[in-house]
Amino acid sequence: MPLALFWFFAAVMLIGGLAVVSLRNPVASALSMVASFVGLAGLFIGLNAFFVGIIQILVYAGAIMVLFIFIIMLLDLKTEEKRAPKLAPALGGLGIVLAFTIQLIGVLSQTPNKSHEPLDLVAASASMAGRSEGIASKLKAGHLPDVNLIGDTLFNGYNFPLQIIGVLLLVSTIGVVVLSKRQAA
Amino acid sequence: MDLVTLLVILAKVVGLTFVVVLPLVPISVYFERRFSAIIQDRVGPNRVGIPLTLLGAKKDFSFFGLVQPMADGLKLFLKEDFTPSHVNKAFYWLAPALTVVPALVTVCVVPFGSDIIVNGIGYKLVIADLDIGPLFVFAISSLSVYGITLAGWSSNSKFPFIGGVRSTAQMISYEIALGLSVVPVLLYYGDLNLSNIVEQQSVNGWLLLPLWGNSAPWNNGGDYTAWIFWIPAMIAFVIFTTSVFAETNRMPFDLPECETELVGGYHTEYSSMKFAMFFMGEYAAMVIGSSLVVTLFLGGWSLGPWFDTWAAGLKIGSVGIGGLLNMSVFMAKVVAFILFFILVRWTVPRFRYDQLMRLGWVIFFEAALINVFLAALVIAAPQFGTLATAAGLALLAIVTGTLVWVLKVSEKKSAPISI
Repeated sequence: MPLALFWFFAAVMLIGGLAVVSLRNPVASALSMVASFVGLAGLFIGLNAFFVGIIQILVYAGAIMVLFIFIIMLLDLKTEEKRAPKLAPALGGLGIVLAFTIQLIGVLSQTPNKSHEPLDLVAASASMAGRSEGIASKLKAGHLPDVNLIGDTLFNGYNFPLQIIGVLLLVSTIGVVVLSKRQAA
Repeated sequence: MDLVTLLVILAKVVGLTFVVVLPLVPISVYFERRFSAIIQDRVGPNRVGIPLTLLGAKKDFSFFGLVQPMADGLKLFLKEDFTPSHVNKAFYWLAPALTVVPALVTVCVVPFGSDIIVNGIGYKLVIADLDIGPLFVFAISSLSVYGITLAGWSSNSKFPFIGGVRSTAQMISYEIALGLSVVPVLLYYGDLNLSNIVEQQSVNGWLLLPLWGNSAPWNNGGDYTAWIFWIPAMIAFVIFTTSVFAETNRMPFDLPECETELVGGYHTEYSSMKFAMFFMGEYAAMVIGSSLVVTLFLGGWSLGPWFDTWAAGLKIGSVGIGGLLNMSVFMAKVVAFILFFILVRWTVPRFRYDQLMRLGWVIFFEAALINVFLAALVIAAPQFGTLATAAGLALLAIVTGTLVWVLKVSEKKSAPISI
């Protein structure tokens, strides 16, 4: 990814993130969060992780935040806008940010700045040859099939945990339905 | 990146978005008006043409009223752009843009035609040849819900708000059916790149017309997979198309802008070009929806293997123009599908809101899930052998039967929900 695009998406993400906490209007905050997610997705795509980036938009920006905004609009939060910002929480938040930044600087200053090494796609293709012909041929052509690789890793490498997560989600879905039914009755 | 590549990208963006897709919007508005007139046995707008009488000629030139969309656009430009005092200004201005932009961004993964070959180098007729085409379309078009929701909310008025809330609920519900219904198709192709999907269909037969290439059993040693797959493909096609209707807020599902209940729905407080932007967003989403259906199910730019090979060999000088021919085939299919959209709009009456939600959550969601199972079974059957396939079919029948039974039982108790 060109450096200019990296800075652009990073700026979108950071400004969005700042706006989430600083804007008084809840809907505006939620929308800034969407902007932040879109910036983050841009950064993922810049790292060749197309699937992760798009899922970021599809799931977070397109579904979860829509529900957030839906609820905020239905609640019609007027008092939030009038409440004056208090000093103590703001200072506390700034303190945490400062501590984290100092920690980050401390870690990064001790890490040697390694040069960027391109992925060895041909070697990867040879290692995938026995498992999936499609992935191997795409890697050989100098193409990173990130969706296929994620699918292969999930379903061949971590099939059992995946099934467990599926069952967990099913149980929680049924739980939600049961709880909401009970309230209605 | 050198200059030529940049210029090609720029030409693709400008050409495909603003020269190919955007003019389809006024054209489909014109089709809408003329076709609805034909359906209702009216005449429709057939007068607006080039006013030759102004220049001293005997008769005006009115070619079936084809200039009508331009007159419509001019009217919308010249109307007063009124901003009511009670609206939330920033969001009120932001909302129309948020409806149009996602619809136009999704254009960039649609393959419009096969390669155009200049001096032996092929240029793909697609702006961004992403490996996650359908997902990209779903992701970006799921953002267009913000435009409608914000329009309803920022108007600070009852009816737009109800329209916005309705549309949010509706679009989220049908996004699930939309995403699930396309899973069998992607399973079949084993690819998420729309260009590759169309190329496969061009060689092996369209998904809904598996008559040539590898899908025909007489060409691949009596393997009937493609023909049996026609059943899940057809189910997926029906669910997908209906969900696209719901996603674009088109007629049987246009509850968000239902005139009889909500004045005009989410755009009640909008006027002039801001209103036109919503209009444009809706029609652009319709164009993209049609092109996605055509790409996934109806062979995209291909028109049978004979035409495709003939077009690929066609040249003017050193420029292979087969891509442009294929593009016109694609556009013809898209326009035909838009006409189908319009036909449905003027044929089917509007749903009630609880019927809409029931259709989305209870019928389509389950049907799409079962369809994924069925499609996987059909694809895996050659490896499975007879016994395992029969067991899978039995399991599928049991699951389907149980679901239908549960639906029957729960239907009696549940009262209609309404928003």
